Amino acid sequence: MAPQNLKVEVISEGTVIDHIPRGNWLKVVEILGLTESNSGTLLIASNVPSKKLGRKDIVKIEGRHLTEEEVNKIALIAPKATVNIVEDYRIVEKFTVEVPDFVEGILRCPNPRCVSNHEAVSPKFHVVSRDPLKLRCHYCERTVEGDDILKNL
Amino acid sequence: MDKTDWIGRDVVSMRDFSKEDIEFVLDVAEALEDELGKKGSLDYARGKILATLFYEPSTRTRLSFESAMHRLGGSVIGFSSASSSSVKKGESLADTIRTVERYSDVIVLRHPLDGAARLAAEVASVPVINAGDGSNQHPTQTLLDLYTIRRAFGRIDGLTIGLLGDLKYGRTVHSLAEALAFYDVELYLISPEILRMPRHIVEELREMGVEVHESTNLEETVPKLDLLYVTRIQRERFPDEEEYMKVRGSYQVNAAVLRNAKESLKVMHPLPRVDEIHPEVDGTGHALYFDQVFSGIPVRMALLGLTLGVL
Repeated sequence: MAPQNLKVEVISEGTVIDHIPRGNWLKVVEILGLTESNSGTLLIASNVPSKKLGRKDIVKIEGRHLTEEEVNKIALIAPKATVNIVEDYRIVEKFTVEVPDFVEGILRCPNPRCVSNHEAVSPKFHVVSRDPLKLRCHYCERTVEGDDILKNL
Repeated sequence: MDKTDWIGRDVVSMRDFSKEDIEFVLDVAEALEDELGKKGSLDYARGKILATLFYEPSTRTRLSFESAMHRLGGSVIGFSSASSSSVKKGESLADTIRTVERYSDVIVLRHPLDGAARLAAEVASVPVINAGDGSNQHPTQTLLDLYTIRRAFGRIDGLTIGLLGDLKYGRTVHSLAEALAFYDVELYLISPEILRMPRHIVEELREMGVEVHESTNLEETVPKLDLLYVTRIQRERFPDEEEYMKVRGSYQVNAAVLRNAKESLKVMHPLPRVDEIHPEVDGTGHALYFDQVFSGIPVRMALLGLTLGVL
């Protein structure tokens, strides 16, 4: 039987992001800025059966290796994602996305009265809980969770 | 812990305080109050300058910080409304702080935006003390409340405490409740249904081992209490006028309500009050709210002295 990932064409060089929660692939693509015309071919698989998640999305990016900062960005919407770096059709590096203790400059504080939305300062959040994901704004101390995280990325 | 741990420290949020920190500040405040009582004035902060930056109006907080600094022998500069400063010309908070820190040794800030004090503390090289940032924190109020309780009862542990009024929007009761959770207390949360304490705070209190009861009935609850902490229902925090009108004047602490109270019951209020406490309570042994106002002096003296490193 063919393995799941063969449902989408194998890439020769690039990054495979697996275990994205179902329906979040577009958000991943947007956060990573992969909608630009010069960012290489994207291969998307959505609603793929998964032992871990029930259903999952997979994004394959040809010709691009993710940096650690980019990985942190998607950790907020795909906390269980695994990232495979592919060279010459082989996986040369594999790592799990980890939600960091502290998130800076990725999401905006949803509180309109937060000083971070009024002064020239990079928004910062402390991770209060990983599952479910809950963040606390470093400045206004409000907690952000669920859809409010997605909406403010 | 000793006094050197406090030199240059910012006082931004009660979240930064451990129980040990709280007790230490209260001990220092108590010693200063006694010393001030004996000597009349002190000179620990001679030659030091406090800048009070008040972007929002305040009577008690600003005057008590200024009084505390004078009582310590220091001096004070500052402004009491944004319209009388360069803010009106569009200066950013960060720039104002960078300017003022060059004129002063410690900054006290009240600002309408949530998180303003945290930002100021990051920018400033001198200590910043938060005197209220929007609807977020007002840590010196919490410390002076705890100080008042300890002075009145000789302890905080073992007390049954009622928090009354706007428990949903009131920042004072949120941070007081969280600080009380360090102690062995039983809490009664008394409010109209729509102004109940946010769920995450109630959960947090229970997780910290506090026995929490929620009620809408003040008269039934009063007899159980050692202390009743009353807050104003703040019109300005309500999203719409209609909701405010529904709960306005829901509760009033008066002689009739206190008829079945313990004789030793104390009533506190951060002030200003509107009609939550009838003036007929003022002359009774229950009223603690004017002593509470005085607590602002020793507690703020302690924080100024500690962060300046002059004690």
